Amino acid sequence: MKKNNLKAWLYMLPALAFLGVFLVYPLIDVFIYSLEEGYNSASQTFFGVGLYNFGYVLRDPYFLQALKNTFILVMITVPLSTGLALLISLALSSVKKLKSLFQTIYFLPYVTNTLAVGLVFMILFKKTPYSEGLVNLLINFFGGQSVDFITGPYWAKMFVLCFYTVWVVLPFKILILTSALASVDQHYYDAARVDATPRWRVFTRITLPMISPMIFYLVITGFIGAFKAYSDAVALFGTDLNAAEMNTIVGYIYDMLYGNSGGYPSYASAAAVILFAIVLTITCINLIVSRKHVHY
Amino acid sequence: MKLVLKDLTKIYPPRGKGSAGAVVAVDGFDFEIPDGKLVGLLGPSGCGKSTALNLICGLLEPTRGQIFFGDEDVTGLPPEKRGVGMVFQHYALYPHLTVLKNILFPLENLRGSEKLSKQEMLKRAYEAAKVVQIENLMDSKPSELSGGQQQRVAIARALVKRPRVLLLDEPLSNLDARLRLQTREEIRRIQRETGITTVFVTHDQEEAMSICDMIVVMQSGRVCQTGHPQKVYEEPESRFVAEFLGTPPINMFSARVEKGGLYIGEDRVFSVEGAAEGEVVAGIRPEGFEYDPKGALCCKMNRVERMGRDVSVVFSHAAAISAVLRAIVDADEAPGDDEKDIRLSIDAGKLRLFDKESGQRIYCTLR
Repeated sequence: MKKNNLKAWLYMLPALAFLGVFLVYPLIDVFIYSLEEGYNSASQTFFGVGLYNFGYVLRDPYFLQALKNTFILVMITVPLSTGLALLISLALSSVKKLKSLFQTIYFLPYVTNTLAVGLVFMILFKKTPYSEGLVNLLINFFGGQSVDFITGPYWAKMFVLCFYTVWVVLPFKILILTSALASVDQHYYDAARVDATPRWRVFTRITLPMISPMIFYLVITGFIGAFKAYSDAVALFGTDLNAAEMNTIVGYIYDMLYGNSGGYPSYASAAAVILFAIVLTITCINLIVSRKHVHY
Repeated sequence: MKLVLKDLTKIYPPRGKGSAGAVVAVDGFDFEIPDGKLVGLLGPSGCGKSTALNLICGLLEPTRGQIFFGDEDVTGLPPEKRGVGMVFQHYALYPHLTVLKNILFPLENLRGSEKLSKQEMLKRAYEAAKVVQIENLMDSKPSELSGGQQQRVAIARALVKRPRVLLLDEPLSNLDARLRLQTREEIRRIQRETGITTVFVTHDQEEAMSICDMIVVMQSGRVCQTGHPQKVYEEPESRFVAEFLGTPPINMFSARVEKGGLYIGEDRVFSVEGAAEGEVVAGIRPEGFEYDPKGALCCKMNRVERMGRDVSVVFSHAAAISAVLRAIVDADEAPGDDEKDIRLSIDAGKLRLFDKESGQRIYCTLR
């Protein structure tokens, strides 16, 4: 028995070594940096140990802006994209003709490069001296005033960012949900039909509980993904996100390390730890809520 | 509720180009199921029995023909308006709901004048649960139940809305041998108690024979024979029905009618009246033989199998069509284990002749 145990550990050693070096060690390191004041990675020196970095970051208006942006983004896009994906998947699973064509169309954004998509969104939304942008043309057509979505008011920029994020995450969720819907045994629907179950009740009492594990999975990964948003904002508003008031937490961390105001690994680490704490808390809340509502 | 099928037909159109033509799953069903009876739709896999059940249920639309519940034509009605209770092969219990909630489910769907109060629903649910004896399992989830218990829950869920017709799709196929025996008695008892006209589908002839008031034997979409199980067993109208019913199966011999006699191989076993001369197929049930030194049939004995009360003699004969020939004889009349050539006499009342080509029964007198 003991020998077997040893063998088992030996087999796991390569995987454990990789995880340790590339996952656990950096994680611990980030915690250590976040507590070291004024750490300099070139000279490997620091002034002292304490919570100063956290205090600085939490008082930094740029960080607070990034925090606010990230929260707005998460709270809007996760429910919206999951709900939309559910609606589209339901529609997809009820169409018969051209089903795979529609599925392909909805899945296309997933295999498209984020930055390329960002460029397309720029063309759609950006106001230049030569053109108003497609969306503004539409707004004008219906008698509205042009809005500068890329460099204009805060809400307009946030709208574009949310719209973009929802659009980018949608295909994956649709894919997961259509397969979840397809895996629900037809017999449940037959049984419900024989029992004269109204359509809405079939959806809420049978379909939804049956696919609830998948919905829950999407909500959790959606939350985590949205909290880590960065490239989307860069694709739309360029690299100077602080100036555009569109920074996210990950963006802030990146800027602290390499951006214009770069070279502050301690602040970056502190921000990363705060992000970690937030994601952990939200995930725990999700798990507790799901216990009550997710079946199996 | 009497159930009448008139020329009921279901044809599946060919799927896409290049695939085989249309499949006739149910072909011109024409029979009547009397009120309050338990009826078994019986046939080999793929003979269309489940399709027939789904047509009665309303989950499938017939290509042609009509279905009547009593005097009401329900052909055009969707399943929810027919008042049928259906037990699916895999039960289709909602896994996230407790047994009680599963049974309540159909009642909660009732609308308008049929709508029940919460108390009435609970009362009905417990009544149904009592019939199938699962009152003590009401708070369990289906995954915590055994196959037999799930089966009962499924039946309770079908019964709770007091259906006009109860339909069961292969109700016993997911149970182990012992439970199957128990459950089939249970189904019989529940059907007797409730008096609901019940149709069930099975490929197991023993199951159907043991509990049904009437069986419908099917082959590739067609009805071969209907009637009381014992009657169908004793008087099969075709070779298929004769071979399909009975365990151990009927023994088939190639035989011929010649000069007023019936010959199996070289042995003249009976004199015949009313059958044309020529090649025929003779079927003899295992219980139609008797071990008799003066018997008409000369056979080679392979072995004797003693199973409690019965002794079955496994033998071979040059004219046999069946792979294994078997005679069931009384224990005290059985041949010894080491005998080689034995003679068997045949009970004229247990021998059936069939046409060699069409397989149809040839009615004649044997002496």
